[in-house]
Amino acid sequence: MKKIDRRNFLKGGLAGGAALAATGKATKAEASGSFGGYPNSMGVLVDFTKCVGCRTCEAACNKEQGLPAPDKPFTDKSVFDEIHHGKRHRRTTEKAFTVVNRYDIPGRAEGPIYRKFQCNHCQEPACLTSCFVNAYTKTPEGAVIYNSKVCVGCRTCMIACPFYVPAYAYSSATNPIVRKCIMCYDTRLKFGRPPACVEACPQEVMVFGRRKDLIKMGHERIKEHPDKYVDHIYGENEVGGTSWLYLSDVPFDQVGFDTHLGNEPIISYVKDFLAMVPIVLTVWPALFTGFHLLATRKEEANTKENESKGRGV
Amino acid sequence: MNRLVGKGFKPINSLTKSDGSRWTVKEKLLLGLTPGEYMKVQCRNPFNWILWVIYIIGVPVLVGRFINGLGWATGGSYDYPWGLFLAWGLFTMVPLSASGFMLGTTVELFGRKDFKPIERLGLLNGLLGYLFAVMFLQVDLGQPWRLIYPMFVSLGPAAVLFLVAWHVATYLSVQVAELVPAYSEWMGLPKAKKAIRSMVLGLTVAGIILSTLHQGALGALFTYAPGKVHPLWYSSPFQWFHFLTSAIFAGLSMLIVVSTLSKWFLRWRCDDNFKQNLDKLTVGLGKGCSLALVTYLVIKIIAVAHDNEWEYLFTGWGQYFMFEITAGTIIPLILYTMAVRRDSASIARVAAFIAVFGVALNRINTALIAFNWKLYQEIPPWREVVIVLTVYSTYIVVYRFILARMPILYTWKDRN
Repeated sequence: MKKIDRRNFLKGGLAGGAALAATGKATKAEASGSFGGYPNSMGVLVDFTKCVGCRTCEAACNKEQGLPAPDKPFTDKSVFDEIHHGKRHRRTTEKAFTVVNRYDIPGRAEGPIYRKFQCNHCQEPACLTSCFVNAYTKTPEGAVIYNSKVCVGCRTCMIACPFYVPAYAYSSATNPIVRKCIMCYDTRLKFGRPPACVEACPQEVMVFGRRKDLIKMGHERIKEHPDKYVDHIYGENEVGGTSWLYLSDVPFDQVGFDTHLGNEPIISYVKDFLAMVPIVLTVWPALFTGFHLLATRKEEANTKENESKGRGV
Repeated sequence: MNRLVGKGFKPINSLTKSDGSRWTVKEKLLLGLTPGEYMKVQCRNPFNWILWVIYIIGVPVLVGRFINGLGWATGGSYDYPWGLFLAWGLFTMVPLSASGFMLGTTVELFGRKDFKPIERLGLLNGLLGYLFAVMFLQVDLGQPWRLIYPMFVSLGPAAVLFLVAWHVATYLSVQVAELVPAYSEWMGLPKAKKAIRSMVLGLTVAGIILSTLHQGALGALFTYAPGKVHPLWYSSPFQWFHFLTSAIFAGLSMLIVVSTLSKWFLRWRCDDNFKQNLDKLTVGLGKGCSLALVTYLVIKIIAVAHDNEWEYLFTGWGQYFMFEITAGTIIPLILYTMAVRRDSASIARVAAFIAVFGVALNRINTALIAFNWKLYQEIPPWREVVIVLTVYSTYIVVYRFILARMPILYTWKDRN
């Protein structure tokens, strides 16, 4: 057994220190504390009671983002009858950043309700906090944008997104990237203009504005028509709040929303682990070197005894 | 080979031949056989026939994955971004490779010299498991050529996967260093061995830190998906601890499995020191496994109690969960305890095979089966399964190649 003398102890400490230096960055949890969002960030308030399912927004998005032509034209209403794997309605894909779905609600006087759906642009996005190459950015304007140049393709963002929004270009072998709504950041939002879908809507389903104001506006609408609206703005608090906010006259779980997500941002569920990381990094080296000294103390004593005997006292 | 050795053949186990001249590298690679004899031995081995079949089908599919993309090769979808490559290749291979740091800790840190005959096998099992976990990751990543991006190009230090990437990379180098002694003996480079011996404690402690954190981090990756993983397989405060404690018995059980397979199929390569000590050491490892298993079982139950998930136990998911706990944890726990009390290595071996199955079941359940439990379940397509088989076969081939040559299962004759 190797003796622990001062020199070896230092060496051991150095190796541990190197491990610490290499990994210590992980402890700098940028996401610790709560981030309530940028003060003047923009958002969109969507009122499902006004939507007639014309799919104009889908067409506008397709054009604005330069996406490939869809399998069925945007005027085709038969897409609402599509039932996908797992008895699900259509979802966002690498070719469609926003989709409108129809939900048949028994007893609703106006008939079926339509729901437009795209990236919700969370205040504390799970995709962003789970990304190990920092490919995502929450801009002060409110958009969650993505840098495909650094993306490695681990797809953890898709695991983390509670809304199942990011899609992946699985068909590409050479440059597969994540595709999702970026709130028209590059072409519009950056210049203070509303996203293409908002502008294109003939029914004025969506209002573009400061998120703060939109929340006020949403609550006012609910107050004005308490018999009409569900008394809740979806997105005001869900998973820490989202830039896109929704009003509905039927319970949200009946129009495809997950109402069990809670109000904590996703990163809160990871913090138990993140908090443990620096403790292990700092305590383990001393603790286990100490165990080593304790476990081998008899051996150590024997060696010393033998050495002194060897000197022929 | 077992037959050849039975006839009196002696595979290379020292630097010099009986006449005093040194073995050449080529002779060492051929184990001391002539090329003709070597080929004959290889062709006679029925396991190699199976490998050929896997490679003939698997290599074209594996190449196809890089030409046609992930969509062609896997069942990866928008809802199921992760499939078997990660569920098996990363989330199962890594805990099964925890033997490296466990044995390093036992022998070097706690000074249990009696585990020495099996230490190198533990270290090698660790190194190869991690190496092939990275291989699996490379097959799964959309842009594998960007693997170093999280290290040097664009850093996302607050992400759990960032920690996994750094730790697995650092730990791989620690494990390579820990196995340098075996290589240096085999190649006759005594200086390298001496250098490693002088820092073995530092390496071991680094191994413990890195393993604690990245084994836990693999669990913590799933805490990003609170609504997607079934509550019985999900625990925000304990997920990392579940993965860490189960990695301890997973690594030790895998070591028992590998040593058992070596004892059967590579008997010619095991020396008396290994063979005579193996039964005793297997029971010793079994003792460690039973302690880890009981810890894991208790913390699993505490997690159910903590989140008050008892009512889920009476659903279909709950029954499946109880099957996993019974088959993968309670039964091996009972068997290991019996093995220790009766001092029976054979019972410990049975327990080890079941425990390895149990950990694999738990990881695949967490990553695939109980994932998206509110949506639908996905069955991996054949190409995905074939690629997993191909990469795993390569792992076995490399493993066997090293065991047959370097002093892992036997002691090198002219130690410096």
